[in-house]
Amino acid sequence: MTASVLYDAPGPRARLRYRVYSVITILVLAGAAWFVYHGLADKGQFTAEKWKPFTDAGVWKTYLLPGLRGTLVAAALSIVLALVLGMVFGILRLSDHRLVRWVAGFVVEVSRAIPVLILMIFLFNLFAKNNVFPSDQLALSAVVLALTVYNGSVIAEIVRSGIKSLPRGQSEAAVALGMRKTQVMLSILLPQAITAMLPALISQMVVALKDSALGYQITYLEIVRKGTQLGAAEQNPIPSLIVVAIIMITINYLLTVVATRVEKWLRTRKRGTGTALRAGAIAPPPGMNAIMTDQTVPGVIGNARPGN
Amino acid sequence: MFDLISNYHSKLLDAFWVTIKLTLYSGFWALILGTLVAAMRVSPIPIARGIGTLYVNIIRNTPLTLIIVFCSIGLYSTLGLRLAAEGPDSISQNNFRFAIIGLSVYTAAFVCESLRSGINTVPFGQSEAGRSLGFTFGQNLRYVVLPQAFRAVIAPLGSVLIALTKNSTIASAIGVGEAALLMAEMNENEAAVLQIGAIFALGFVILTLPTGLFFGWLAKRFEVAR
Repeated sequence: MTASVLYDAPGPRARLRYRVYSVITILVLAGAAWFVYHGLADKGQFTAEKWKPFTDAGVWKTYLLPGLRGTLVAAALSIVLALVLGMVFGILRLSDHRLVRWVAGFVVEVSRAIPVLILMIFLFNLFAKNNVFPSDQLALSAVVLALTVYNGSVIAEIVRSGIKSLPRGQSEAAVALGMRKTQVMLSILLPQAITAMLPALISQMVVALKDSALGYQITYLEIVRKGTQLGAAEQNPIPSLIVVAIIMITINYLLTVVATRVEKWLRTRKRGTGTALRAGAIAPPPGMNAIMTDQTVPGVIGNARPGN
Repeated sequence: MFDLISNYHSKLLDAFWVTIKLTLYSGFWALILGTLVAAMRVSPIPIARGIGTLYVNIIRNTPLTLIIVFCSIGLYSTLGLRLAAEGPDSISQNNFRFAIIGLSVYTAAFVCESLRSGINTVPFGQSEAGRSLGFTFGQNLRYVVLPQAFRAVIAPLGSVLIALTKNSTIASAIGVGEAALLMAEMNENEAAVLQIGAIFALGFVILTLPTGLFFGWLAKRFEVAR
């Protein structure tokens, strides 16, 4: 019965109209799908031959699985390092000393302003010319470090806003108990902030996973590069890229689902045992790379089914 | 560093000009597409809502590199779609336009999500008043909700635009001659890694910092007084 605030619960005529619109939408969509399908089929992208390589274990072993491993390794390493770096800089930005605060703030702002790809190309050349890493680790180290710097600066902001949004009473009580600054931070503030920012951190993993595809351009063997290699080798570029896309979308979507679940779980935990700060109170800083969790205000976004 | 800048200054200007053009064109199309998708996501038609949600979930979870590579390898090379007339620079023109398509499609998902959160800031009473005046969904959206929603999301849209500026570097994956491609080229020819890095970092700071300040000012200027 309930309708969204944007539109009334439809009467008989509106219901009929919606049905007509639905049919039109479906027709348009089917038309577009048919156009794409036809276009691809015309170029022979849907012949069994183009898709057969994916039933072959060898293709997965040579291309897709190593590519996936490259992507996952780079993302996992960089998220762990970024977590450490972000924690350190987030805390430094809250320091009592103005100079420390200022320097940490400057570093964080600058690393967020530079495109990750520019940083990656820079690090790659820097490491190559100075022989910092063995040549087979070169691309990986540049990818991981660039992602660490960028995601670390984002996580630093998440940590900072998490700690700042804790009620002041928390640290006042700790100080009254005679705790030192470090103790207050490590045993009172940080644990609560980390629990509350867990969903934002999981979302940041999606960003790291996606951005590891930037390694494509410095010859890092991640899944997109492996996918294009597969497409060139088997003469099936479109099916290969589609398979790569499905793999990436599935992983990232699952991570997003986990983040939403954790958020819900934290929110509905029993009162009293929970933290002072609710989950979801900390959103990742706005920006395209931050995955925004769906914010719904009841009634405005039409979750309610019109009709009946 | 100054030697490098003076040696390369016309190339640097060209490359950053391409970056700016990519950003502006893609920003324009992303705004249009994103608004459409947002309208679909709040519309009374369940199927349209479903398509909007599907679009956002798919695009958000796909690496931008993959989207742009697909535009070039898939649409351009394999399917033979053409966006520019035949001519001496038709390949670079086509790549440039396909990069704009990829960037717009990707950014639209984020524009849509920003707008949707903006729609959430519009008080119930506003659209209820619109409805009681007999506005249809479309009229309500156009005359009451969206104008306020847009004013509320100026600052987030600014962040999206800044992210788009940075993401436009990914167009170098398909050979569009913007900043990142020139940087790679300069690194091949020159030995000054640190200086080259500093030049490009500075270039992007110069591009993104004023954008952020401008949108912050704009957001204050157009804030809806409530």
